[in-house]
Amino acid sequence: MTAAAEPLLQATALRKSYGRTPALDGADLTVRAGEVVAVMGPSGSGKSTLLHCLAGIVQADSGRVCYRGRDLTAMSDAERSALRRTDFGFVFQFGQLVPELTCLENVAMPARLAGTRRRAAEAQAAEWLARLEVGEIAGKRPGEVSGGQGQRVAVARALVGSPRVVFADEPTGALDSLNGERVMRLLTDAAHDTGAAVVLVTHEPRVAAYSDREIVVRDGKSRDLEQVS
Amino acid sequence: MSIGHTLLGLLESGPRHGYDLKRAFDERFGHDRPLAYGQVYSTMARLLKNGLVEVDGIEPGGGPERKRYAITDAGITDVDAWLRQPEKPEPYLQTTLYTKVVLALLTGRPAADLLDTQRAEHLRLMRELTRRKKSGDLADQLICDHALFHLEADLRWLELTAARLDQLAKAVTS
Amino acid sequence: MSAPHEPFAGSDTTSGARDREPQPDLRTWARDLALGARFAVSGREGWTRTALTAVGVAMGVALLLLAAAAPAMLHTRDRKETDRTPSVTATLQHPTPGSLLVADANTEYHGRDITGVLLRPEGPAPERPPGVEQLPGPGRMVVSPALRKLLAASPLLRERIPYRITGTIEPAGLLGPAELYFYAGDSRLTAGDADNGGNADRATGFGRGSSPEVLGPVFDLLLVMVLVVLLLPVAIFVGTAVRLGGERRDRRLAALRLVGADIRTTRRIAAGEALLGALLGLALGSLFFLVGRHLAPHVTIRDISAYPSDLRPGTGLAVLIAVAVPAASVAVTLLSLRGTVVEPLGVVRQGVGRPRRLWWRLLLPAVGLALLAPLFGKAQGTGHINQYQVAAGAVLMLFGVTAVLPWIVEAVVGRLRGGPVAWQLATRRLQLSSNAAARMVSGVTVAVAGAIALQMLFQSVNGEFVTSTGADVSRAQVHVSTRITDGAQTAADVRRLKATRGAAEVFGYTQSEATQGGASKLKDTADAAYLPVVVGDCATLRQLARITRCTPTSTFVVPPPGDFGDDLARYARPGMRIDLNPPEGSGYTGTPRLWTVPAGTPTVAGRTDPAGDKEWGIFAAPQALDAARLRAPNAQIMVALAPKQPDAIEYVRNTAAGFGIGTYVYELSNTHAKSQYTQLRRGLFAGATLTMALIGASLLVTMLEQLRERRKLLAVLVAFGTKRSALAWSVLWQTAVPVVLGLLLAVGGGTALGAALLAMVGHPFRTDWPEVGLLSLVGAGVVFAVTLVSLPPLWRMMRPDGLRTE
Ligand SMILES: Nc1ncnc2c1ncn2[C@@H]1O[C@H](COP(=O)(O)OP(=O)(O)OP(=O)(O)O)[C@@H](O)[C@H]1O
Ligand SMILES: [Mg+2]
Repeated sequence: MTAAAEPLLQATALRKSYGRTPALDGADLTVRAGEVVAVMGPSGSGKSTLLHCLAGIVQADSGRVCYRGRDLTAMSDAERSALRRTDFGFVFQFGQLVPELTCLENVAMPARLAGTRRRAAEAQAAEWLARLEVGEIAGKRPGEVSGGQGQRVAVARALVGSPRVVFADEPTGALDSLNGERVMRLLTDAAHDTGAAVVLVTHEPRVAAYSDREIVVRDGKSRDLEQVS
Repeated sequence: MSIGHTLLGLLESGPRHGYDLKRAFDERFGHDRPLAYGQVYSTMARLLKNGLVEVDGIEPGGGPERKRYAITDAGITDVDAWLRQPEKPEPYLQTTLYTKVVLALLTGRPAADLLDTQRAEHLRLMRELTRRKKSGDLADQLICDHALFHLEADLRWLELTAARLDQLAKAVTS
Repeated sequence: MSAPHEPFAGSDTTSGARDREPQPDLRTWARDLALGARFAVSGREGWTRTALTAVGVAMGVALLLLAAAAPAMLHTRDRKETDRTPSVTATLQHPTPGSLLVADANTEYHGRDITGVLLRPEGPAPERPPGVEQLPGPGRMVVSPALRKLLAASPLLRERIPYRITGTIEPAGLLGPAELYFYAGDSRLTAGDADNGGNADRATGFGRGSSPEVLGPVFDLLLVMVLVVLLLPVAIFVGTAVRLGGERRDRRLAALRLVGADIRTTRRIAAGEALLGALLGLALGSLFFLVGRHLAPHVTIRDISAYPSDLRPGTGLAVLIAVAVPAASVAVTLLSLRGTVVEPLGVVRQGVGRPRRLWWRLLLPAVGLALLAPLFGKAQGTGHINQYQVAAGAVLMLFGVTAVLPWIVEAVVGRLRGGPVAWQLATRRLQLSSNAAARMVSGVTVAVAGAIALQMLFQSVNGEFVTSTGADVSRAQVHVSTRITDGAQTAADVRRLKATRGAAEVFGYTQSEATQGGASKLKDTADAAYLPVVVGDCATLRQLARITRCTPTSTFVVPPPGDFGDDLARYARPGMRIDLNPPEGSGYTGTPRLWTVPAGTPTVAGRTDPAGDKEWGIFAAPQALDAARLRAPNAQIMVALAPKQPDAIEYVRNTAAGFGIGTYVYELSNTHAKSQYTQLRRGLFAGATLTMALIGASLLVTMLEQLRERRKLLAVLVAFGTKRSALAWSVLWQTAVPVVLGLLLAVGGGTALGAALLAMVGHPFRTDWPEVGLLSLVGAGVVFAVTLVSLPPLWRMMRPDGLRTE
């Protein structure tokens, strides 16, 4: 990746409290196009909150999140929803799939929400499922597949719309190391192919090793390790 | 692990006799392998020669063991550089790293930075191995994985230590 | 797969285009609604939920259709009633080819009313009542199917109605299938215009009934309130039903939000989901209604039964229901979404939302009260009230109760902590979803609040519709009144009654009238004096007047109560002659039958008889005045029943039936209620029974749904060793806390509404606390019964295999 690339997503001085609990206390983060950034840090330090703020799912109390020059914090819900639909993808530890829909339908959902016809969306989804080596479970519901398979479906869904940023919050948290690495490999390879940047929250160093850069969050403050040394 | 740097670091808190140094070292770092007197004296002689320590005074009664050493400015700089320098990530680093962390705490240096630096270094190597693993054959992959798991263990240890720095500082300085 | 975009290629303009939301055109709507519908039917879980919703909505729809059919049904009943009422005219002096003589032969059997009409055609082409193919000849009768069955099963009744059955009355002539009705041909009928003693009326046919009793604004108020109180819980129930599975739906929608559905899209999806359930419910509800309609003949609620064909909701109302129920279900869904704005993070974490606000919740009842306030004091006398205003005000006040409930539940539950495991589980659960808990009991709350208000109103206006008869049921319980041709018959009748099983004591007297001695010479018979004459034995006379000494030859003068003129004092003094043949109508007929009031006849005070009447006039023991000399006499007989004899009154009725046409048997009671008021009360009870059943059913459905939503949690708790009994208790507590709060609120809200209603009818505030307690208990009872019923499924759900669910 070109180090000099202009930032795709940039958060500055983010603060967010839940009641009296500060979750973020002046966190910064820069994501450049196509790079994989690992966010690590102790439990409860604010990693997930940072990720949610970056993706515009949670509104920070103060600070700015700039995505390609536009301030996410100033957007309407509809605009942020549209961004999630077209520019962002998400992979969480579990539970982000709609249990009522089949895996194929889950993957086709973002495209359908963006107005693609069902057939086209599902064809595209099938392709992605195949690419993530879970083509055979397309017709099953998320409740009927293993954690690793489900996670790959989630990755497929995150990537199907060719997003510019994929947000992954402990995507391998519930998987064994082999499966976790497979998911990571598929995720980073596919992201690399589509040119998507990945913000990856993880506790596992081996998962973080798939990143290009590492940010550590402690007590709501971020720290870019590249700049320490 | 560099015994010279360790002894230098111990001297930062004030001049000590060789015997004191050995005791302080054993107490903190020599759990499984106490330092031999000879090793202390030969190391101190080397440091003296390099100008990193100086003799602060000699207790009356004669004999080499009565010398009191003090660290020089050059010695402090040397300790600094050593602490800052991340260790080459390799298995079974923890004795060195531990020594470094304790010394940093003892001498009031930012131990967290030290850990973060080391952590970045570890991760750098892990990335490297991961990349190699991706492109290599199965044998490569297995070898890389072995290294990766060890590195991961170290990195975990680094994380753990970072999380417990406050606790450790209290234990060390009390 | 779309082409991967180059990292730097996207300028801001293309990015803008990417961000633009697709215009919500028809296709988007269709897509989202279809997606919602898809959720509604996906998997067992989805189906179960949709089925539950549909059943809930269906029950609501069925009840609404029934309610919509009620006006038409009442109208049909009214029309049928009018159509079969003999048109009796006083003007018809002579028989015509179509005229008939009619007399009623109503009776009662085991508390059920039996209507009997005796007929005797006078010409060759007599009119027929509706539903009767062929008029029964003398000694025959046509009966309603229900009566036919009853007669077949009750020899005792058959003895009383002995006519041979030759036909059946068709539904056209009956108000409902359970009605007990007969037409009998009887040659003993004689026209009332015949000289002396005609026992029947002449009718030109059937179909000109009298207009109903006029009941005034208070009755209107009652009617409106009964409808409101019965239908509001139904509406709330429908609202609850479409919100089933709300938590799961929120999570699902959150997952969609995460992949970029905006709030409007989620709304459309949720609407699609609710719509499917509602439409299914609508279809199912119509089916319920149709099936129920066919079962209607087998159901009699408090004496009311109906024919399927009479239960026909008006087209307008039916269409309204068909449109309003799905629309309302969607509206409720959207409203509930507004409350819990589905955030994308709902997938990842569940938090406690911001606390509820109270002010708009209080606004509802306040507006309701403001609507009712101008009517205070207006619903009195012959005034007129705006029924829509009343309905709106009452609905708002009751709705306010359900609106305030979630706030109260939240406020109270938020303060609960500690306690044993079961209690802790319950309170924590309530804190997390106080909404669902409040929703669950809101139906009961409204029902109880409405019932309390209505009960206060009923109790208070009772006096306007229920009059005291003054009867003294400790002295006698049955009053037999019979038309006789000969005064001597009374004694015979009394003897027959005395011989009847079940009659302990019988008092009978002959009643007639007399006029002054010189009446035959009066020019204008209108000036003739009115002198009532009573002939009975000493025991009987003692029931009618304060008599101490009495022999078989005694006579008494009993002055009238109040202002009945002074005829008696003027013409019935001892020693004066009176004429036992008073003039009838326009002139004096026949010859005078003179009788002298014996000298020394004492004047004694009257006494209220067991039937509550006060007889007065000239009282004579049988040997002082021969009852046979009386003109157009009738016999009044009081019977005290033997307390131990079962069916005593039926035996008395049987005996009395043998006395001939024009015999009426009344069971004495302390009060008398206007019949439409009675019907309203019966209707209320019938409706309340249905409503309570519905609420119970809805509760059960919600409860099961909630349990199912928590299946995983339950499995976890069981897996780490929580005792099942503790879980059962926690479920019970979870219900009990909101129920208690809801009932407290219901008592408060109901009393307030009741007070407003009382103010409208201008009565002082008054509550009957035991009654209020009873109503609350009924509400609580329903809830706890439902909780108990839901325990077995809970048991089944607590198997640890519930752990694996997505
Ligand atoms: N919805 C919420 N309500 C209240 N507090 C919250 C909420 N979400 C997060 N917090 C608090 O904010 C802090 C940061 O939480 P966050 O989830 O970002 O941590 P994290 O770094 O992702 O932890 P983990 O590694 O365990 O996932 C924590 O102290 C947490 O308790
Ligand atoms: Mg987290």
